[in-house]
Amino acid sequence: MTELANGLPLAAVSATEKAADVETPFQRFLSGYCESKVAIGAFFGFLVVLFLALACPWISPTNPYDLMQVDIMENRLPPGSARYSDGMIYWLGTDGQGRDMLSGIFYGLRTSLFVGAMSGVIALMLGTTVGLTAAYFGGRVDTVIMRIVDLQLSFPTILVALMLLAILGQGVDKIIIALVTVQWAYYARTIRSQALIERRREYIEAAQCLALGHRRIVFRHLLPNCMPPLIVVGTVQVAHAIALEATLSFLGLGLPPTEPSLGLLIANGFDYMLSGRYWISFYPGVALLIAIATINLMGDQLRDVLNPRLQK
Amino acid sequence: MAATLSVENLNTTFFTKAGEVKAVDGVSFEVDKGKILGLVGESGSGKTVTGFSILGLVDPPGRIVNGRILFGGEDLVQLSEESMRHIRGKRISTVFQDPMMTLNPVLRIDTQMIEALLAHEKMTGDAARQRARDALGQVGIPSPDERLKAYPHQFSGGMRQRVAIAIALLHRPELIIADEPTTALDVTIQAQILFEVQALCRESNTAMIWITHDLSVVAGLADDICVMYAGRLVETGTVDGVLDNPLHPYTRGLIGSVPSRNTRGRPLNQIPGMTPSMLSLPKGCAFRTRCAVADGACEEQPEITAPIDGRGVRCFHPHMDNPQ
Amino acid sequence: MTEPNAPLVGLQNITKRFVKSLDLTTKLINLVGGNYREEVVQAVDDVSFTIGEGEVVGLVGESGCGKSTIGRMVAGILEPTAGAIQYRGEDLLSLPKAKRRSVSLKSQMIFQDPFASLNPRMRVRDIIGEAPVAHKIVSSDELDDYLDEVMNLCGLEPGFKRRYAHQFSGGQRQRIGIARALAVKPDFLICDEAVAALDVSIQAQILNLFMDLRKELGLTYLLISHDLGVVEHLSDRVVIMYLGRLVEVATAEDLFRDPNHPYTKALLEEVPRIDNRRRNFAPVKGEIPSPIDPPSGCYFHPRCPHATERCKTEAPVLKEIGPGRLSACHLNDATG
Repeated sequence: MTELANGLPLAAVSATEKAADVETPFQRFLSGYCESKVAIGAFFGFLVVLFLALACPWISPTNPYDLMQVDIMENRLPPGSARYSDGMIYWLGTDGQGRDMLSGIFYGLRTSLFVGAMSGVIALMLGTTVGLTAAYFGGRVDTVIMRIVDLQLSFPTILVALMLLAILGQGVDKIIIALVTVQWAYYARTIRSQALIERRREYIEAAQCLALGHRRIVFRHLLPNCMPPLIVVGTVQVAHAIALEATLSFLGLGLPPTEPSLGLLIANGFDYMLSGRYWISFYPGVALLIAIATINLMGDQLRDVLNPRLQK
Repeated sequence: MAATLSVENLNTTFFTKAGEVKAVDGVSFEVDKGKILGLVGESGSGKTVTGFSILGLVDPPGRIVNGRILFGGEDLVQLSEESMRHIRGKRISTVFQDPMMTLNPVLRIDTQMIEALLAHEKMTGDAARQRARDALGQVGIPSPDERLKAYPHQFSGGMRQRVAIAIALLHRPELIIADEPTTALDVTIQAQILFEVQALCRESNTAMIWITHDLSVVAGLADDICVMYAGRLVETGTVDGVLDNPLHPYTRGLIGSVPSRNTRGRPLNQIPGMTPSMLSLPKGCAFRTRCAVADGACEEQPEITAPIDGRGVRCFHPHMDNPQ
Repeated sequence: MTEPNAPLVGLQNITKRFVKSLDLTTKLINLVGGNYREEVVQAVDDVSFTIGEGEVVGLVGESGCGKSTIGRMVAGILEPTAGAIQYRGEDLLSLPKAKRRSVSLKSQMIFQDPFASLNPRMRVRDIIGEAPVAHKIVSSDELDDYLDEVMNLCGLEPGFKRRYAHQFSGGQRQRIGIARALAVKPDFLICDEAVAALDVSIQAQILNLFMDLRKELGLTYLLISHDLGVVEHLSDRVVIMYLGRLVEVATAEDLFRDPNHPYTKALLEEVPRIDNRRRNFAPVKGEIPSPIDPPSGCYFHPRCPHATERCKTEAPVLKEIGPGRLSACHLNDATG
């Protein structure tokens, strides 16, 4: 067959095509995301936070948890004071133990972000597998799984986390376990709703018609198209996890004093608030606020961009 | 007698990031009292935007850049949004393809209809309810008293569309703009609605613009027809005139590709190629790249001419069986 | 093994019920005096017909008639509640899994919605090429050339392989869907309203493509459509359904020239035709009943202008009324 069914020879068809050759879904997403200046700002803000957290061993003025570097005589110095020994400025003051606040915040950010991200990722993987299984197979499997999810979601998160930490004790890994336990159900439920919608779409029916195996359909066809709401939930949940971890540390559970997060720093400085030494609680609080706010603002724009009803 | 609606050289453009899209490009037509005009075109032809422009419902990034829409002596393009609100629903009403664009899913039918009545006229609640009941009866909905108390989801698709038409008729408008109202309905239900619409227009002498891509529906219902392609009017005339003797190559292609006009078993006459993207229309005549009789002259935009009385065609090479 | 013109696909007493069963809460409520019933939708009710090799059979009906459900059962996407589907004489449902998979690969479906039927996150190359490679119809090395061949056959430029679905128009996407189906070398195509969502000028192109492929590849078609014009043009035989039941079967010529069943007559009467000008519509009264609660006896009796007492109580059986013509109407009994 030399002639195309639509009557036009090959060359004419290509001539009428526009210049842009391949536009990946990611490129479309990027152009949508960049429509909001706030979102671009939030992204760069988050990059700064991330950089500070990752690079802190190198950029931090001191290592506040190296006991050799800390001098108890330097404690509770207001922001801008100089170190007695070499005149280095404590930009944000020192805490009750004489540790530099700025360094403490960098290390605290690192711990907070690490805990938040790790628990988010693990909860996402766990929740996704469970939710997809429930949606794809339906019936009894779906009912049983979703009742477990409901059960999990009906307990207050802080209560569950507190109970788990009371049993497990202190430590970064333990708090990640607690955070994963309270979070996975949100991911499972989100991806299940999206998967239930996508499962009815004709491209899934086409894949079934083409006799492709279950696993391939679920992971190659269903999952990539369920990602958008997951990404949105993911950003919100990571921010939530950071806040939750801060709360738990504030209450005295979770992380040991040797690996403080921002929450613990805030807790430590709480006693000094009324005596006027606000900086010990305040600046870690600001850092926490910035970290959570940038993630939430990115999540807002992601939600708008990825919402299929707002597209086309 | 002056026409109910007279559109003169309407231009509606969308100013998008990717470029300017002339969704409606120099469209002119008239609709007389009691007559039905079929506005025909495929997707992207601009027919829906034309309807929305008349109603003043074009949202940014689009706006009417040029032209006049004369209705009852006024130019609708110049009117304020406040004045347009008084006209919409009362003197010009609309029926959309999806009745759920008219009906609020969380309100009962009587609530919605009474609300629509009281928006333009002062009357007592009872009088409004009576009017609503009469309107439902007029469009052939059985047991209107019970139906008034129901919610939209309790109706079938065809019934919902009938309710939407009833709402459109509440204020006895001078003009109804119907945008593909029966496209999503089954054949037998479509036939019922066409029957009722036709009867209602005849009784109340309402003018109507029926926007559709389906030539067969227009054939049975309309008096006059306007064919649009890529935002421009390419052919106008009476239904009999255009369908029996199409002049424009696009109209000829469209009619020729309908299965009932082809011999069984032989390939359908098809129009080659695809509708061009509105962002990069060919220079001159937009149909040029798909036209069998196009030549160098077609690189200039043709104007609308009237080679036969009462007909309009935008083409340098209209098909003339009997040149006059 | 198979004689010429042997039936390629046969449906025998196919029934499909969709049951919305009661969940635990409702069951408990029923125990204490509630009155909830299971909702049963009889989507397809005891349907039997065959499709011969090389034939084009048109399946026509309005909403709720079950035509899409039948299409999906034949394509292997849905399981029938009862009845048998035969492919080249073999009962599909009783085959071992691997054999059944290779047989059901021979029936492919073209879907209605060109926007929902392609995976938005896959490139054209993968959309078309995934199944042939997965089923070892073609090796990964040969894939590129194979794709070129299939895309050319469907009127697509091979250079489009790297693009994503959203970059194409409706007609082009439908061609991609057709290429995807052809890539697994089927014998039988089920077109479920395949052109309904396309512009009129593109419909003609796709329909012509179907006719070309039929000639070139010797394909058999089940054309599911509500558009009688399209069905009349392409089909050899036509099957009319109403609310899950077969009401009439005939060759296209016989059906359109001389319809027998009152529903068929109403359908043909009411289809808008370009040559019927400013007609006075006189449509059949009444709504299409809901499949959850169908009428008794003959499903069409509430709307039928010729309904008798018998029609209200007794469901008519599909009977032969002429060579190759079947109709389910009591009125035929009267005339013998």
